[in-house]
Amino acid sequence: MLDADFFRRWMTAATALVDREAERLTALDSPIGDADHGSNLQRGFRAVAATLDKEAPDTPGAVLVLAGRQLISTVGGASGPLYGTLLRRTGKALGDFAEVSAEQLAEAFRAGVDAVRTLGGAAPGDKTMVDALVPAVDALGDSFTAARTAAVEGAEATTPMQARKGRASYLGERSIGHQDPGATSAALLFVALEETAGE
Amino acid sequence: MSDDKLVGIVLVSHSAEVAGSVAELAKALSGGAGAVAVAPAGGTASGEFGTSSELVAAAAASVDRGAGVAVLTDLGSAVLTVKALLAEGDELPDNTRLVDAPFVEGAVAAVVTASTGADLAAVEAAAAEAYSYRKV
Repeated sequence: MLDADFFRRWMTAATALVDREAERLTALDSPIGDADHGSNLQRGFRAVAATLDKEAPDTPGAVLVLAGRQLISTVGGASGPLYGTLLRRTGKALGDFAEVSAEQLAEAFRAGVDAVRTLGGAAPGDKTMVDALVPAVDALGDSFTAARTAAVEGAEATTPMQARKGRASYLGERSIGHQDPGATSAALLFVALEETAGE
Repeated sequence: MSDDKLVGIVLVSHSAEVAGSVAELAKALSGGAGAVAVAPAGGTASGEFGTSSELVAAAAASVDRGAGVAVLTDLGSAVLTVKALLAEGDELPDNTRLVDAPFVEGAVAAVVTASTGADLAAVEAAAAEAYSYRKV
């Protein structure tokens, strides 16, 4: 079973990964975006880590709701409301349980991804974070390792896609040949989850 | 509807200058619409390009007179931030609505319509109708 401490460690691991990968995310965002994805997410996740330390929410759901709220408040770009909605909706779907199973997390995460799709209007194949999130959530019922693999492969599979959502979509065919920064950062969440579970 | 309960207007842009200027422009072009509360929410809290949920929430609270708040946005994170705030329910005043309208033309239409004491649905419809005004 996964308790609030597990979820706090997951968010801390995600913060460390975003810190480490921020330059790469911003570099990916340069040819097809506005070159701020890494720095925006870095600011957001550092604020998440600080808030979780200070407020120490005591259920898995409360950890994710607080993290999501903080991302919406601090990121400043489109990834803020998107990641914020993902975590907040997943957290709400987890309810007030002190501990949740991996199966409950998989189910709640699906609600979170559905909310992201509703908010942004993106479908698989549009070259967005959804291309990493959907396969990852599909695999989450099997294992955290399977989810990480699916997320990373999903992010890599965005390279040949033409963007149909967000600023990159204005570039049309010129968006082809670049890995999507949002899908890349979404995969980091699942790398962090696998690390936290120690699988 | 009494004059002291006009629909409030919030203008959300990635740029503080754009949001502020469009607010000024809409008020100026609306003539006697000085009684309408119009608040810009532009850029991030630290003054960069982007969207701040705090600035949006503060702007909405500042124009809320009890008749509803119409929010117009430019693009990308401005749209998504307002939608995310609305989806969660407790961060914007009751009866706040994201209005699907062109930013400049919609703002003028919204402020003029709100100044007549029209309700939120009428303000929303007027702003959205600005899409149908063709220039060529």
